[in-house]
Amino acid sequence: MSTLVIAEHDNAELKRPSLNAVTAAQALGGEVHVLVAGSGAGKVAEAAAQAAGVAKVLHADDPAYEHGIAENLAPLLVGLAEGYSHLIASATTFGKNVMPRVAALLDVAQVSDIIGIASDSVFVRPTYAGNALATVESGDATKVVTVRTTAFDAAPAEGGSAAIEAVSGAGDQGLVRFVKHELSKSDRPELTSAGIVISGGRGMQSGENFPLIEAVADRLGAAVGASRAAVDAGYVPNDFQVGQTGKVVAPDLYLAVGISGAIQHLAGMKDSRVICAINKDEEAPIFQIADFGLVADLFKALPELAEELDRQGISKA
Amino acid sequence: MKVLVAVKRTIDPNVKVRVKSDQTGVETANVKMAMNPFCEIAVEEAVRMKEAGSANEVVAVSAGADKAQETLRTALAMGADRAVHIVTEAELQPLAVARLLKVIADEEQPGLVIMGKQAIDDDSNQTGQMLAALLGWPQATFASEIEFKDGTADVTREIDGGLETLNVNLPAVVTTDLRLNEPRYASLPNIMKAKKKPIDRREADALGVDISPRLAIHKVEEPPKREAGIKVADVAELVAKLRDDAKVIG
Repeated sequence: MSTLVIAEHDNAELKRPSLNAVTAAQALGGEVHVLVAGSGAGKVAEAAAQAAGVAKVLHADDPAYEHGIAENLAPLLVGLAEGYSHLIASATTFGKNVMPRVAALLDVAQVSDIIGIASDSVFVRPTYAGNALATVESGDATKVVTVRTTAFDAAPAEGGSAAIEAVSGAGDQGLVRFVKHELSKSDRPELTSAGIVISGGRGMQSGENFPLIEAVADRLGAAVGASRAAVDAGYVPNDFQVGQTGKVVAPDLYLAVGISGAIQHLAGMKDSRVICAINKDEEAPIFQIADFGLVADLFKALPELAEELDRQGISKA
Repeated sequence: MKVLVAVKRTIDPNVKVRVKSDQTGVETANVKMAMNPFCEIAVEEAVRMKEAGSANEVVAVSAGADKAQETLRTALAMGADRAVHIVTEAELQPLAVARLLKVIADEEQPGLVIMGKQAIDDDSNQTGQMLAALLGWPQATFASEIEFKDGTADVTREIDGGLETLNVNLPAVVTTDLRLNEPRYASLPNIMKAKKKPIDRREADALGVDISPRLAIHKVEEPPKREAGIKVADVAELVAKLRDDAKVIG
């Protein structure tokens, strides 16, 4: 029994969710290999080889794999699958896109977004936006699994010294062409890996008011998120969205500002260690799950918070 | 171009879900049902393609028990021309649905299949990708914009770090994300008209594909409950609590 983890990267850097997937792979008990499929991604393969617990790195180098195109990656994975009991990726937009295509080509089910591993074939996964946890068993010969990153700690990036082996696949299938990326530029940490997340909701009233949140975020070294309501209203881009239909986060501290606490939002943040809410409506459902609640007008409270952090010498910026 | 749009009947997203006490699933008896929100976005986009002249026919398809017909009527009221109902009482998992949809896609030969990125009941986010794999077509998942160009489509996708644009050959499978559009409400005259539009009933058992579940569900439980904490009086107390009690800042 051995597991192949499909690495997520941008040809320069191994993305952190891959290390969460390595931890999940280790929990299965077998040997852990990592596939780095990219174009000129030798550095990523080296980084994967250094991750603790990785026994071997498979490196597929082909322009067809530069942008993580599912149509090109899936045949490569199918070709490699025979040697493995499990294929694992993190449940990021990359993993969610690629893995079901692989599963269908292998004629097996996929187990999506697991948060627990009971045995090498029994997994726990959230359904209904996390309102029901299902324990499911896969009887398929190859188990294709995506992993909720917040449920598994990242494996240490150092400590391993795996061998790197070159592999190749069928390359470009000619179905899809990459056109462009428009990636959000930010010096703040990534939402899904940040230790502190501050999110704004409909109560922010406008995207122009988000600097109030950013001012606090920068003082705490926090990532900025938003509720679906704030995204739907056009205040901030969709990649800010925390919730059932957006990103799932579980930081040490989640600060919800002007967010009422719809079921769909709670699904994306309720596993945070400490939840704190600022809302002027004391009946807002968010207070039912918040460890610390402040009933206040956010337009007063946020500047006060920034000031207080400065005064207490807590600010990082 | 013909557009095939797949829809699913799910628990209404505004209903609070209750896990059954025998842990076999969630309570669905006497619970309000609706079209999965991402499927509504798919129907809306298909209808807009027809209104813009890039599609000439919109066919809605759903697999499930008799009542899936209500969801297909909703799609017809929103503007789909006709519908196919794959009838089965069996539990359908994503691979099974993808296989059933492949049969219909092979028959209908659409230029595009569009469907929601995930259903809000089992949150799998698999069926569109699986269908694309079985058909050997490209997949453009989590779409926020679709533009047709010389027999191909430029699809903007919502990805973790921002947006990505892919140019895909047609036919293709597209799955919808939230910002693609805002679905319309069906007007009363359109609801009346939809009652006369045809729904072709097909027995799943007669389509010649294996739809047996691959995942055995051992149990379904409620997640651990989170208790409400305390209210603080002001910002100063909040900072003190976060620093001294919770020790998450400072």
